[in-house]
Amino acid sequence: MPIIKDQRILENTWTFVADDAPLPGGDITVSAQRWTEDKAALSQHAGKLGVRLAPTDNIAALGEDLSLIKLIELNFPAFNDGRAFSQARLLRSRYGYQGEIRAVGNYMADQVFYLHRVGVDAFEVNHPKELELALSAFKDFTVRYQASTL
Amino acid sequence: MYQYNEQDQTLIEERVTQFRGQTQRFLNGDLGPDEFRALRLMNGLYVQTHAPMLRVAVPYGLLASRQLRMLAKVARDYDKGYCHFTTRQNVQYNWPALERVPDLLAELATVQMHAIQTSGNCLRNTTSDHLAGVCVDELEDPRPYCEIIRQWTTLHPEFAYLPRKFKIAVSGSEHDRAAVQLHDIGVYLVRNDQGEIGFRVLAGGGLGRTPIIGQTVKPFLEKKYLLSYLEAILRVYNLLGRRDNKYKARIKILVKETGLEKFIALVEAEWLQIRDSMLLEDERIAAMRAHFAPPAYESAAGSDTELAQRLADDAGFAKWVKYNSADHRVPGYRAVFVSLKEPDSPPGDITAEQLDALANLADEYSFGEVRSTHRQNLVLADVKQTDLYTLWQKLDALKLATPNIGTVTDMICCPGLDFCSLANAGSIGIAREINEALDDMDYIHDIGDIKINMSGCMNGCAHQSVGHIGILGVDKKGEEWYQITLGGSSENEAAIGERLGPAVAKQQITESITRILDVYVQQRLEDETFLQTVKRVGLEPFREKVYANH
Repeated sequence: MPIIKDQRILENTWTFVADDAPLPGGDITVSAQRWTEDKAALSQHAGKLGVRLAPTDNIAALGEDLSLIKLIELNFPAFNDGRAFSQARLLRSRYGYQGEIRAVGNYMADQVFYLHRVGVDAFEVNHPKELELALSAFKDFTVRYQASTL
Repeated sequence: MYQYNEQDQTLIEERVTQFRGQTQRFLNGDLGPDEFRALRLMNGLYVQTHAPMLRVAVPYGLLASRQLRMLAKVARDYDKGYCHFTTRQNVQYNWPALERVPDLLAELATVQMHAIQTSGNCLRNTTSDHLAGVCVDELEDPRPYCEIIRQWTTLHPEFAYLPRKFKIAVSGSEHDRAAVQLHDIGVYLVRNDQGEIGFRVLAGGGLGRTPIIGQTVKPFLEKKYLLSYLEAILRVYNLLGRRDNKYKARIKILVKETGLEKFIALVEAEWLQIRDSMLLEDERIAAMRAHFAPPAYESAAGSDTELAQRLADDAGFAKWVKYNSADHRVPGYRAVFVSLKEPDSPPGDITAEQLDALANLADEYSFGEVRSTHRQNLVLADVKQTDLYTLWQKLDALKLATPNIGTVTDMICCPGLDFCSLANAGSIGIAREINEALDDMDYIHDIGDIKINMSGCMNGCAHQSVGHIGILGVDKKGEEWYQITLGGSSENEAAIGERLGPAVAKQQITESITRILDVYVQQRLEDETFLQTVKRVGLEPFREKVYANH
């Protein structure tokens, strides 16, 4: 399934690895828990590394590891769980994270505009027909009030 | 009042376009009911017992006459010829058809109105004092800050999917007329020891199932930090507020479960990180205050001597002036309450014809503006004393001059079982019954300041828990019963009412209320208000009378 990155459609090169699964080759993301517990094995991995955050994960706990992490996936267990919006905001403005932040899971195309504004720059697309809708959502509004976000 | 610039106008028009698309996708089956529910709620659209209910925003209760005319037009063209003012100073329509709502919103947008964030788990309409800018006890007009907050909250990308709804109120006067302590965030304009004006910020207040009075989290906040402080509270709440149980998801539960001290520490830590990056500059405040500059009052108005004679000559007029008007900071002017509590009409309702007529009266007598109050009445805030008599006659002809503001028949009432799909019991019918039982205006005036708030269910839209007399509709095996509380208040001495006893049956509620009033009349000392008597004698005398022979 393709993804949207910087408002363009791209092929996804990343694989999320479950906590109990062996590490495959290529670019992988793991849970925050596995990141903390398995850091030694992960540092030997040949591909790029990323972390998939749950809404309950504390960004501060990633600390200095952020420079090693090339992708942070913010997982939506349900579209109305809005913690990912603050997580993205903190990653960009507080921790200066420059890598890719990708929305994954049960978010809606209608949330793309807000997600983009808090610093999410990539979107896993759950269904091909969502692609066009999600791409158009970047243009839902041409104006904004809050000066401190994108 | 605040006038939209091009950006403001573009934003609400783009929201109409976005909502039109969302509605279309839902109707086509491309958007699931749960997803559409969240999206439509954030645009004020509920699905109710009979039809969708649309809640239109009236930011801090301020309306221009052309907006009133548009509300009338919408009532005629999309509804059944009337609308309803809510306890959040907003307007509700009970009968619009879902597929026509985008068109309705497009019409509202032509007069700088919208339904953005009037429902849903997001930042709601900022409310304020309906006498802001004209009252005699004000430190500073709160409306410029309300508008600054309105803009900050509107489409805030980080806080659109909060654990639960979030309400902010601002007051700048000594007497709290905005129920500030019962909001998720309450803001009072205050002066510190150095003589500077800033804000006292409260958090964790709220009504609903678990009514809690807000607590001070910042005794004095410099003006320039207003938005950064609000943002810090919201970020802490968004990340830590409970999402596992919707009845424990409001910020009041977070504050309670975390503990006030620790909650404040969390907010302060967050605030220190952001406060210098989002300063509210003096120029911005000054520019916003210019939007709320006083109108061109006539300096000669103060030399009026006619009113005293009119008051002496006409007892009906004198009563109306006493109950339905308030002192104004400018000599020769008064603020006039337009009562939406006419006995035969559901509390807060107004017809399209009344709206149109009122718009004309606003143009003629009050600089073209009207305010809505959180007690579901309207205000013409800048009326010349010399115009009062004529205005009274005109309002009376429109059935908008019932002299009952602040009295027992000035009830707050939700739509109840008649309209709302959440309700357990009727409220409008009970309000009518109570009105019928209390048909003697002299008696009503004699018993004075008694606030009855009545909600048809635990959600408490009519703020029953802070009514001097609170009435809560409950369902008992399919029958409508009513729980009574006494001693609540949403003003400076905010208090949650205490339960009188077991719920009473529908056929006994009105008599229970009249018995409560009887007890007050028997027990009161000279000049003692209902609330003071309840405080002094406690609930027992009321209990004895209400539950005798029941």
